[in-house]
Amino acid sequence: MENLVCKCGHKNPPGTILCESCGRSLTEEEQSKKLADMRYEGTARRSQTYNKSIIDKIWNFFSSVKVGVGIIVVLLVAAAIGTILPQAQYVNVPVRNDATLQAYYADVYGEIGKIYYFLGLHDMYSSFWFITLVGLLAISLIVASLDRFVPLYRSLKNQRVLRHRSFMNKQRIYAEGQAPDDVLVKAEEKLKELKYNVTLDKNGLLAEKGRFSRWGPYVNHIGLIIFLSGVMLRMVPGFYVDETLWIREGETRAIPEAPGYYLESEKFTIETYSGEGDEELFEDALDRVGTVAKNYQTDIVLYQTPEESLPGATDEMEMMKEESIRVNQPLKFDGYAVYQMDYKLNELRAMTFDLTDKETDASLGTLTIDLVKPEDSYDLGNGSKVDLLGYYPDFSGFENGEPQTATPVPNNPGFLVRMYTPETPEGEVSFIVIQDTIEPLGENQYKLTFQSAETRHASGLTIRKDRTLPILGLGGLIFMIGVAQGMYFNHRRFWIQQQEGGTVLLAGHTNKNWFGLKKDLDQVSEYASLPVYTDQQEEVEKKEKLDKEQKVEGDELR
Amino acid sequence: MAEQKANKSNKKRNRAIMRSAILSLLVIAIGYTIYNSVTAEDVEVLKAGDKAPDFALLDMEGNSHKLSDYEGEGVFLNFWGTWCAPCVKEMPAMDRQFQEYEDQGVNVLAVNIAQSDFEVQSFVDRFGLSFPVAIDKSKSVMTAYNIRPLPTTVLVNPEGEIQRIVTGEMTEEDIKGFMEEIRPQ
Repeated sequence: MENLVCKCGHKNPPGTILCESCGRSLTEEEQSKKLADMRYEGTARRSQTYNKSIIDKIWNFFSSVKVGVGIIVVLLVAAAIGTILPQAQYVNVPVRNDATLQAYYADVYGEIGKIYYFLGLHDMYSSFWFITLVGLLAISLIVASLDRFVPLYRSLKNQRVLRHRSFMNKQRIYAEGQAPDDVLVKAEEKLKELKYNVTLDKNGLLAEKGRFSRWGPYVNHIGLIIFLSGVMLRMVPGFYVDETLWIREGETRAIPEAPGYYLESEKFTIETYSGEGDEELFEDALDRVGTVAKNYQTDIVLYQTPEESLPGATDEMEMMKEESIRVNQPLKFDGYAVYQMDYKLNELRAMTFDLTDKETDASLGTLTIDLVKPEDSYDLGNGSKVDLLGYYPDFSGFENGEPQTATPVPNNPGFLVRMYTPETPEGEVSFIVIQDTIEPLGENQYKLTFQSAETRHASGLTIRKDRTLPILGLGGLIFMIGVAQGMYFNHRRFWIQQQEGGTVLLAGHTNKNWFGLKKDLDQVSEYASLPVYTDQQEEVEKKEKLDKEQKVEGDELR
Repeated sequence: MAEQKANKSNKKRNRAIMRSAILSLLVIAIGYTIYNSVTAEDVEVLKAGDKAPDFALLDMEGNSHKLSDYEGEGVFLNFWGTWCAPCVKEMPAMDRQFQEYEDQGVNVLAVNIAQSDFEVQSFVDRFGLSFPVAIDKSKSVMTAYNIRPLPTTVLVNPEGEIQRIVTGEMTEEDIKGFMEEIRPQ
């Protein structure tokens, strides 16, 4: 494609609509229009100018607004479909793998669930095609913005004061008529008062205000790009952590994904509203709905091991903080936040037994077995003792005569013991589970009688770290600045030209808020005695309306 | 005129470079994101070829075992619990094979997941285990190795790299083969 040479002699890049220098319309289509197309100042979108190599073709594809809008529509539709059924990460399955998830969708949602899972919609937002689409949108944003911003910036930076008559009279606000000789001086004075930047050149004047409003869309695209890159970083290891930690009272645990940090739970508390005293106010409500939780709290101690310390070596760890984690009041350290999320109440922690004579029920002493730290032997004094031979926290039956445990959690503790008393110095073997005693080696004289149990609670904590938040915040802020810049400020311009014989040409343009522009112009007109202007757009519309009416009338007459 | 032409072709070249650079940068960014999202679940999990994370644990006899001290030798790292039936089943076989390979530079360390001393000690006594057994009280080694199902066995070669990660029960044959794999040459 060749450059377009304007009548004024200026060479314009191909695709230009209005001459960069004088403003004459360069295309026939444009020439035939009553009003000039002022979008992007009539400059050529850069990509239109060259279309040669493959790179140029790809570039041009993304430069198109139609393509951009197309991508947005596809994204919107896809994102909407992803909300029809819950995403896999929010689905509750006991064991999380592909098979259980597939079964879950099939069981709960039937055919639709099967199809949904089959199409991969259960994990859509992290699927490669969805990310690709977002990426394509980012490319489109960047390429389309660059292609439009650069020529617009250049054109506005190099704009001429003197424009061709045909440019002026194709502006929406236009006037032509006699005016006094000092019209330029007076207009300049008033325009400056109205905070316009005024440039004079020979017999012409250009007044401009709020040009930065034109950068609004590009600023807000920059914000979007920053936002998207923040979202992208979430998937990079180390930027985003979301882990669960179950911790029982008295336990010290390594914090997942936070190397070198340990958490000890001292106490878990759940409080409910009592409806008494200060809370009498809530009595009616409580009667109606039952128990209402007031507080979930885990009192914790945070430890850190020295930097050179290895996993497993916890003897050198130092206490960092002692705090209470409550709902919405997380423990914060080193960019991490630990939230109170869940709890389990009353897990067995210790059990107390009496060693009793089965016939007389006489007690020979009491022993307490700490389930966290069972001991080999418990001395009851007076020559009696109980040896612990085996402990099975979650007794599930015998296999080859050996007691089995299903889990490490004391849901159904079983104890294999040998009891010694002065009367039975050889010892008697007994196997004890809750509400049952088995005497594997024959009838015993003594037994352990369950007395009481101590319990403890477990806290479910969530560990979060999100280093992308500041990036997302910045992106959002820039986006909003861009929106405000484009929406609440207007780029207003006036061109005034003094012709020979006292005639004056006047044209005005703004990217939005024509009412404001006219108000400014009214003040200048009055002060500098400018010719009366017309809003050509309104004229056109009026004429069209009139034509329509006449046509209707004509049709009716026929 | 010639100068103008040269200027023009220069401009064209710059344009091509600029556009290729921007496009390839964006494509790389997208590719990286997809890579991260696809591998998101595997990233935390160690795999064969990775450096085995160092740790230090005390065994039941009070001896400290630091993984990096065993460089030059193979380490057969078995994570287990008394409630896990396959773990229990493979222990005697591991012990037999340990006695075979002990002199050939293969160490076995059985890491119990946060059970009580009593449970672990009575288990060791019951099977008469001859290799060191340690308890990961704070689950920090388990976290560092991202151990999910039990049993999991991590084979560390003499270079200190992970040779293989085995989840689930192993036969004696398997154990022998694995020890052979990490035996220093």
